Formats: sequence, structure tokens, C-alpha cells
Amino acid sequence: MSDTIARPDRFGSNAGQPMTRRDGLAKVTGTATFAADNAREGLLHAVYVPATIARGRVASLRTDAAEAHPGVIRVITPANRPALPGDPEAKPTRFSFAIEVLQDDLVRYAGQPVALVVAETIEAATEGARLVTATYEADPPRTDLDDAPDFGIDTPDFGAPGDVVHGDPEAGHAAASTAIDATYEIAPQYHNAMETHAIVAEWDGDRLLLDTPSQALSMSCAAYAYLFDIPVENVTLRSPYLGGGFGSKAIPNGPLVLAIIAARDLARPVKLMLTRQQMFGPVGHRGQTRQRIRLGADGDGALTVIDHENLAATSSFEMFLEPASNASQGLYAAKALRSRHRGVRLDIGTPGPMRAPGEASGSAVLECAVDEIAEAAGMDPLDFRLKNYAETEPGTGRPYSSKALRECYARGAEAFGWKDRPREPGKMRDEAGLLVGWGMGTAFFPSPMFAAEARATLRADGTAIVETSAADMGQGAWTSLAQIAADSLGLPLDSVEFRSGHSALPDGGVAGGSGHTATAGGALHAAGGNVIRQLGEMAAEQPDSPLFGAGNARLRAHGGRLHVEGDETRSDALVDILARAGKSELVASGKASRPDEDAKRHAMNSHGAVFAEIRVDPDLGQMRVTRLVGAFAAGRIINPRLAESQLKGGMIWGISFALHEEARHDRRTGRIVNADLAEYRVPVNADVRGLEVITVHEDDAYVNALGIKGVGEIGITGTVGAIGNAIHHATGKRFRRFPIRPRDLLAT
Amino acid sequence: MSLSISTTINGTTRDIALDDPRVTLLDLLRERLGLSGTKKGCDRGQCGACTVLVDGRRVNSCLTLAATLDGAEVTTIEGLAQDDALHPVQAAFIENDGFQCGYCTPGQIMSALGLILEGEAGDDPERIREGMSGNICRCAAYHGITLAVQSATRRMDAEQKGDAA
Amino acid sequence: MRPFDFVRPNSVAEALAAWEPGAAYLGGGTNLVDLMKTGALRPGRVIDITRLPDLSAIEVAADGSARIGALVRNADLARAAEILRAYPMVAEALLSGASGQLRNAATLGGNLVQHTRCAYFMDAHAACNRRDPGAGCDARGGAADNMAILGHSPACIATNPSDLCVPLVALDASVEIAGPDGGREMPLAAFHMLPGDTPSEATALRPGELIVALHMPPGAADFAHHARYLKVRERTSYAFALVSAAAAFRMEGARIGAARLTLGSVAAKPWRIEEAEDLLAGQMPDDALFARAADAATAGAAPSNDNAWKIELARRTAIRALKMAASGTPDRMPALPASPFGALEAPAHV
Repeated sequence: MSDTIARPDRFGSNAGQPMTRRDGLAKVTGTATFAADNAREGLLHAVYVPATIARGRVASLRTDAAEAHPGVIRVITPANRPALPGDPEAKPTRFSFAIEVLQDDLVRYAGQPVALVVAETIEAATEGARLVTATYEADPPRTDLDDAPDFGIDTPDFGAPGDVVHGDPEAGHAAASTAIDATYEIAPQYHNAMETHAIVAEWDGDRLLLDTPSQALSMSCAAYAYLFDIPVENVTLRSPYLGGGFGSKAIPNGPLVLAIIAARDLARPVKLMLTRQQMFGPVGHRGQTRQRIRLGADGDGALTVIDHENLAATSSFEMFLEPASNASQGLYAAKALRSRHRGVRLDIGTPGPMRAPGEASGSAVLECAVDEIAEAAGMDPLDFRLKNYAETEPGTGRPYSSKALRECYARGAEAFGWKDRPREPGKMRDEAGLLVGWGMGTAFFPSPMFAAEARATLRADGTAIVETSAADMGQGAWTSLAQIAADSLGLPLDSVEFRSGHSALPDGGVAGGSGHTATAGGALHAAGGNVIRQLGEMAAEQPDSPLFGAGNARLRAHGGRLHVEGDETRSDALVDILARAGKSELVASGKASRPDEDAKRHAMNSHGAVFAEIRVDPDLGQMRVTRLVGAFAAGRIINPRLAESQLKGGMIWGISFALHEEARHDRRTGRIVNADLAEYRVPVNADVRGLEVITVHEDDAYVNALGIKGVGEIGITGTVGAIGNAIHHATGKRFRRFPIRPRDLLAT
Repeated sequence: MSLSISTTINGTTRDIALDDPRVTLLDLLRERLGLSGTKKGCDRGQCGACTVLVDGRRVNSCLTLAATLDGAEVTTIEGLAQDDALHPVQAAFIENDGFQCGYCTPGQIMSALGLILEGEAGDDPERIREGMSGNICRCAAYHGITLAVQSATRRMDAEQKGDAA
Repeated sequence: MRPFDFVRPNSVAEALAAWEPGAAYLGGGTNLVDLMKTGALRPGRVIDITRLPDLSAIEVAADGSARIGALVRNADLARAAEILRAYPMVAEALLSGASGQLRNAATLGGNLVQHTRCAYFMDAHAACNRRDPGAGCDARGGAADNMAILGHSPACIATNPSDLCVPLVALDASVEIAGPDGGREMPLAAFHMLPGDTPSEATALRPGELIVALHMPPGAADFAHHARYLKVRERTSYAFALVSAAAAFRMEGARIGAARLTLGSVAAKPWRIEEAEDLLAGQMPDDALFARAADAATAGAAPSNDNAWKIELARRTAIRALKMAASGTPDRMPALPASPFGALEAPAHV
């Protein structure tokens, strides 16, 4: 562990401590049950047949060979698909997309399901799916931003970002003495959680039991209930562990629904697990963008304008534009800000939120462009950023709820050794003669809250059960939420049983937007607080209690006791209060969300500064990130060990974005030619060295009751730009396409 | 056709009737033997999530036909902890936070054990990184993984020296 | 996968007898089973040869020659002290390929018959003359990334992805083959076939033939002190090569007595460049000489796709590999084998 991370004992005995993962034992012994690990009596296996064209219709489907294959039970096609009561193109919840469930013979993208094969074994289902032969009437596929006309957004909505203008951009351009105008391209990226999307679906009459990973259990249940026209309480969804989500597992998708249809039709439990190749299509991705950014600065290096235009791909039938240019709002103190979005409809699966949607791809471009203009203005990149430091939110003038970005810059620069950086590119080489480049980027991510509910039960033996349907996809909800809950009850962590990952529990909300710990944690904090408040009221009326007559407002729970604040001699055990009241347990609920007026009053964001060192072999186009230092201010850190891991993971996603990830379409068929983990590259262990995370202390009285801002996504932002800038610093060349590949270095 | 293999899995010899030679070791473990700790990440030898030891060597179980394992000895994640005590590699993964979602973790741990048994990386982080590069972690817990392998290597070395003394 | 018969012969003779059209020999399975899953290969019979006796020995003779059994696993070959000593670039190439897990399973014989990684070969829905003679070549004009710049034909532009075969061809290895009509031995350089009009004939193996061993000729170990494999790739490890090169010298004093240079991933076979080797022999090593050799190496190269960049990369890779060979084989295998980052200083923190 890096010992630079601050681990203050600020928040009682639990929160703030670098506890190891509570689910660690299950995960290292193989006993943590992921969806596809579930076995069932009579289980069938389903594999779907993916379309091999991207646009057109299925002219014919031959299923006889598949049906004749030993072990195959049923082949479901649009012609014989059992009815689905709900409309697959409707939006039953706030975050819904049209899904492809064999509702017609249209092919919308390569890899769309065109048939489903159900068999007794995975081997038979897999071969059965291969034996289904389809013929198509194909139209020329549109898979690149230039393949179709662009369009603007009339009514902003989820997936349809609106334009934002502050100040007078044209005046800003006119006032600039230094200006840059650059267009960047970013390839489509696919989430590729290690656990592919999977489901085990079983019906009992009109009750539905689902084992499937979900970042939003309640919302998913509502969608399934709508699609199958059953009461939502009839849907039980278990998702104790997600094998990664990254945004792709929040929204039900077609293949999962097909498995539920098959299970109902055949009256047997059905398991469906996407193949790795099938992860490239029906389950979302980060859409391709082309971003033009124009910056202007005056003679002092003050930004006169940030003008960021985003062109983003969406599918032919749904709307999700990667809201990239929004990243230019809210960070630098430019006199004028404009972010605009246009879309292009392509024959691709619908894009969706992927870790730092918008911020990742927008920050990549903004941070490179800031370096471009700093260089044009003859300024050090860090000095330029400090020159344009925003004390209040640019555009709106709102105060920040907290913002320790200046300290992030200072601490990160110090740890990295930034002051020794030569301004001029191409001046540093290592002992082996490789070019060395140093670059930086500012990290930035909003701190949203959703809505969540929780329940806390204190028992007579001094233990407690706390419950909310949170989703642990690796961020550490099993641990950090339990820490919050234990603190709220003033109990040691080991006295608290945390129940989660099940739809029957109080709604834990959405694990997304880096807001889960704040939201679900807030609900747990409220529930525990409500238990304690009731206990305080009870004790105050118990003549035998040391707290008799004490005002509840002055009580604080810790160590299993209620204390009068400032008077350690007056305290009472929680269990004694309960016993005197003759209760076996005390139950309370809690809720959390952010009131609109709070959201309006302050700008709420996490911030950070990322510094990257890269080695470049310019002859061979080989690049390796050899150091990455990130300093982040993200409000209260509940568990420094886990937060540090989250931030590092995000920074490695930044490496991946900058140097690796790119889905490539065959322009003739529209199929993705590198739909596997050998050719769609994400970093391996050898791509990662010299990682350091610094968390900068930040007390935030406004963001939420717990002061939590979130750390899940911010690590990517800043990092991509830092790496792009480091490559520029090493080579003197500016690359405006991500990922930056060996061939790009060779081409110049 | 039906095949019969006799394979030792986590120390127990099993006679397994295989009605289908297409069954991979991974699917045998997961779908037929109830050993779901071994994970399927790509099914193509491109991610390492399915890593197990066969005759003491780490391999991708997704590319191993079960039919080839007559007489072989297989160790999976379920076979590591002894008498409720974690294996040093398992403990080191917890201590060093060498995972987040935990899905690739059984494969990482089996691969780490295989690497340590190969005896060539030692506690050199660069050699550990290279040696662990056949196991993709999308959460990107690589830093913790490298530290965990380093620490487990040292601990297993020390235990071995202790045993010898 | 298509259903298949599974047979497990106990001798080479039984294995050969078990073969029938459409059958496949199964070694480590790392390539065959993968391609059976993609549907590119659909054998009706799988002949498990992993337990055949006498095919797992490594024997290096005093004259620098060797016989290596076809079932030796890549990891064992790379780790064998006699291989590291006599043919260090063979070990370096092996260790730069795939992953620890795959190297534990993959066999020497299997590596020699490893199929191309062309996405259109692996995708059973694409047209591929190599997989399905006469079907056409979707790779031409396609979006795959690893296509040939040398020796390609209108029928096929695929490359051979093997790392191991590159130094083996450089060192004049030969292949010992058993077959229904008896045994034979042939140079590895002639074993892999350029596509021409018949890309489905990827190797010189005749139906039913089985590789039983690999031979290194006397004198192959003379190159051990100046021998490197260099692999250019798009991530630091666990990636196929964009271009690779094996370069080796037998030094005579300060002069190059004999040179070997072979490029990988540029053609359907390892691309040995004898013109370059001739040009290097007898000369004092220097950068200008290496550049001339590299020019000879890529003479005649032509893009097959949007891959003209790869020609220049191949030239530069050849130059770098020659430089690395000239500075000598390192005492210990680099932490990152065959990588330009193999010699990075340890950082202050992990």
C-alpha cells in the first residue's frame, strides 16, 4: 500500500477505516455466487443466434438441423416466439431502452438475436445455435460517423443531452489572442465486464425468480414486471455479486428477457450467459464520438472561451448520445462556455452509460486541448490550469460545495516531481534511450445522488441487521455500506449483519454515477439514526437510565452505548434501553435523496489531478505508461483501502482508453471484427506499474449528510488526457485520435 | 458415445461418465460437478478467469477437453483452503485488495499459485506482472494483485524454509 | 462444437491408424479447441495424442544439434536449461507468446501447425479461402489488423502468428514427420506454405501426417551469444505480434561470421531473409549495415490492406533486433521477454 493516503480516524470506529472487504473470504474461496453459478433442478441452457448483417431483414431461418441436434428442446424465432405482454420498445422506467427480443424480422445491428436455442446442455445449445441458418436481405450498413446525416436534440432527456451556453462564445473567440481549434476522434468502446451478462430464470405460476447481475434491482424488477405483466412484488431478483458492471448492468437487455420467455414457455428454469463475442452488441457500449474543441485565451493565459462540439453515434432505433462536451462545463473559469451535441444514427447496438459516460471522452479531449493552448500560450500546463482555476462554478457562479482541487494539483505535482519537467517536448530519455514524456490532466466528476431506502433492526443481544438492495459490482458496497450502517448505530462492524443484493429488501437505488455509497449509505445512515433517535427518546423517559431526562439532540451512539455529548460519565447501553422498554428489537427505516434546492444551491463535484509518465520507443511505436500519480479530493472517504482501489482501477481505465480500446467494424457487413479479448484489447498486468493514489482531505457540509462525493468514475477523467499529453511531451507530436496506436506514432 | 474418465479433483478421485466429448474442463466443473468457483470469462483462452491447476500446472480450463483428463489431478479454487485456513495466496489477495468484483479472482489466485510454483518470478514485481498477464482484471486491481503475489511468494518461501529447518 | 469421436491412441502407429478425413490431432488444444468453438474447424474425430510415449524429450548434443519431441510443452521448452543455453532466442520467443497458462498446455508440434489469427478465418460466417477453398477472401478490404505484407496472394493475405517458429526458421530447424506412408524430415522453412492459389494448404503436412519431433542442426548453438527475439505488439504482454524479428550472429572476433534474420507476422510463414544474412556476413556490425540488411528484408513488401505502415515497422524491427543481437544475449531472460521495455529499471514503488 502506498502510505501517502490519508487515513484519519475522523468518523468513529468504522467509517474512515481501511477495512478489508467483508466479501473477500467468499471471493477468494470461490464461494461468492455470481448469477451463472446458480444451479437448478431441471435447468435448461439457452444460446441465442446473432445476426451476421447489421441492417436489413431476416429473409429465412432454417431451424430443422438445430431442432434435430441431440439435446435441443426448442428453437424460438420471431415466427413462434411466445407472446410478450409488454411492449419491448416502451420505457417502463426512467432508464429504459428498446430491447431486441425477436419481435420482428428486422436486423438493427450485427449481433442482434435472431433466434434462441434451448437445450439440455450448454454444449447442445451452443451447437444448436450454430446450426440455425439465416438468410438475409441486407442493406448497406452504416457504422461510421460519416455514414449517415447528423441531427440535433430538440428535447433533452436521458441519453439526449441538451446544449448549454454561458456567456458569449463568439465574443470569447474574438477576444482570444491565442486560440486552438482541434478535432478529436474516439473509437467505440465496450464495457466487457469479466462476468458476461447472465441470467437463471425460473417461473412458479406467475412468480418469477431471477438470478442476474443488476446495478439497479428495483428498477430492473419494475421493467420485468411490466414486460411480463405481473405485479412487481412477484419478481424476485437476486444479485449479491456483480462480476463488474461499469454501467452495462443497470438496464435489462434483450437476451436476458429471451431467457425469461423461454423459461415460461418451457416451464423449466433456463440459464443464459452471453458469450464474450455477444458482449459486443445488445448490452450497450460507449458510442463513437468526434469532438471539435475550440479554446481561446487572452495575453495572460486566461481562457476567453471553451467551445466544445460533440458528434456522437447512437443506434438507428434508440437514443443515447455519449454526452462528451458536457465535460467542458464546470471546470475551468472561461469567460464563455458552450457545449453542443449532435447525433448520428448508425446500424449498431444502442450505446449506453459506460464508466464516466461523457466525462471520460469529454475530459480526454478537453485536457489535451488545454495542453495544446497552454503550449501555444507558452505556459506550463499546470500553471495554465491554475491560472484558469474556477473559484465558483463557471457559467452559473454557484459556489462549490467543496473543492480541494488546488491541493490535488499541489500534492500530485509534488509526489510526481512535476517541477523538474522540461517545458519543451522530446527532451527526456531514460537509461535505455527510450523517450520519456510527462503529462497531466484535471480529473472531474459530478457527485449526484439518486434515491434509496434502508431498514435497520437493533436486536436485544446488541447486534443489528441493516438492509438495502444495494449492488456490489466491485466498488465495495458490502464493506463500505456496512461500515456506514455500523457507525449510524454506534456498533462495532462485527455486530452488524448487512443484507443486500436482493429485491425483497428496501430499494437501494442505482449503483451508478458514482452516487451509490452516498445514496444507499445515506439511507442506511438515516435508518440507523432513526433507531438511535427512538432509543434516545426511550432512555430519556426511563427513570433507571443514566440518560433519564437527557435531551435526545445531545446524544451520540458509539461503542454500543448512547452517550451524552461532552459528558462521558453519562451513557447507557443500547441493549439496556431496549430491555427496559421490554422490546426484543427496534426497527426503523431511512431514506436518502438530495432535495432539489440543495442541488440548485451548490455545484457538487469530485476533483483530482493526474500525472502520467510514459516511455516511448519512437522507432517501433511502442508505448508504456510507467508512472501514474493521481491526487483526488472526493469528500469523505468511507474506506480508504477500497477507495484507493477504485481510483486506481479508474486510472487504468484511462490507460485503456488512451492506448487500447477500440471496436472495429467491417464496413461491408457491419460486424465487429475484434469482438473478443485477444483483439479488443484492455490492459493486462504488465501494462500497469508505478501507480500511486493520494486522497486529499475534504469536508463537505453540503453534498449530503455523510459528506460523500464518490470515487467510482473520476479516475478515468484526467488520466486519458494526462497520457495523451505525456505522449506529446515525449515525442513532440499531438495525436487526436483515441486509442493512440503504434501505427499512429509510426505515421508521423 | 460415452466416455469414462477417472480424475482426481481437489484430492478426491472421481469416476466421471462423459456422455459428450465436447465438454470442457470448465463446463465439467461448473455445470456437471457443481464446482462453480472456476469462472467463465471468455471461453477462448483470452482472459484467464478459468485458470485451474492440472497436475500442478496452471492451465485454461476452457480450452481443456475433459475427456483428456483421465488420470489427471485437478486443483480448483475450492481445493485451496485447508481446514478452514486460507491458502497464503488467498490471504494475500484479501490483505492487498487484489480484486474488486471478484469474478476473475479464482483464476487470478490459481494463476498466482501456478506462477509461484514455477519459481521463476520470485518477488520481482516486473516478472510478476509479466507472469500474471494471462489473467485479465477489468476492474483493474492489478496493483493489488502484484503486491499479493509478491507477499504470498515471500510467505510461501518462508514457510518452506521453516519446514526444511 | 460439432459432435466428434474422441479417441486416445497409445502409440504413434495407433494415432496414424485412427486418422480419417476430417479428423484432427489434439495436443495442448489451445488452438484447436479455440477454433472448434468459433466454428472455423469442425473435426468429426479428435485424436488425443498427448499421451503418446517418447515424444516429450529434449536432447541437445555436444555439436549443438538437438532433437525435441513434438509433445514438449512450450513452457517446458522455454524453461529447459539446455535450450536457454544453446538457443536462447527460442526461449525468448516462446516466453513472449501467449500466457503462462497457455504455454503450459501448448505443445511444440501444435505451435508449428498453429493457424492464422486472421479474423475472417476464425469467423465461420466470413468467406475464407484458407478455411473453405474457393469461398473468397473477406480479409481483403476488411478491418482485420494483422495481415501480410510479404508473400500474400489474391486468394489470401493471412499471416502466421507463431513466435516460436521465427527463431526456429532462423536456426535452420527441421521437422520430423510420421505418416501413413512412413516418416520423413523437412526443413521448417519449407514447412509453412505461402498461400498462392491454395491457401488451405497452410503447411506441407499431408493428410494424416503427424509431427513427431523438431531437429536443430549442428552449429545452431553457435549463435547463442548473440541471439535475440523482438516482438512489437499493442499491449505490453499477452498479445500477438504486429511484427517480430529473430536476429542472431555467430561472431568471429569483432566481425560477424554468420548472421540469421527472420521476420514474423509479416507473411503466411516466418520470413527468412538470406539476402540480408549474406550482406551481414563478414562485416563489422554497425547501424548503417543493419539498415541495409533491413532494406533487403523488406524489399518486395507490399500492403495487402490498409497496412502500409507495417512495412516500415518491419524494417525498423529488423534493425532493432540486429542491434540487440549485436549487443549480446543477456545473462538472464529479461523480465519482459522480447520487449523494448525488457530492461526498464525497477521503479521506486510498485
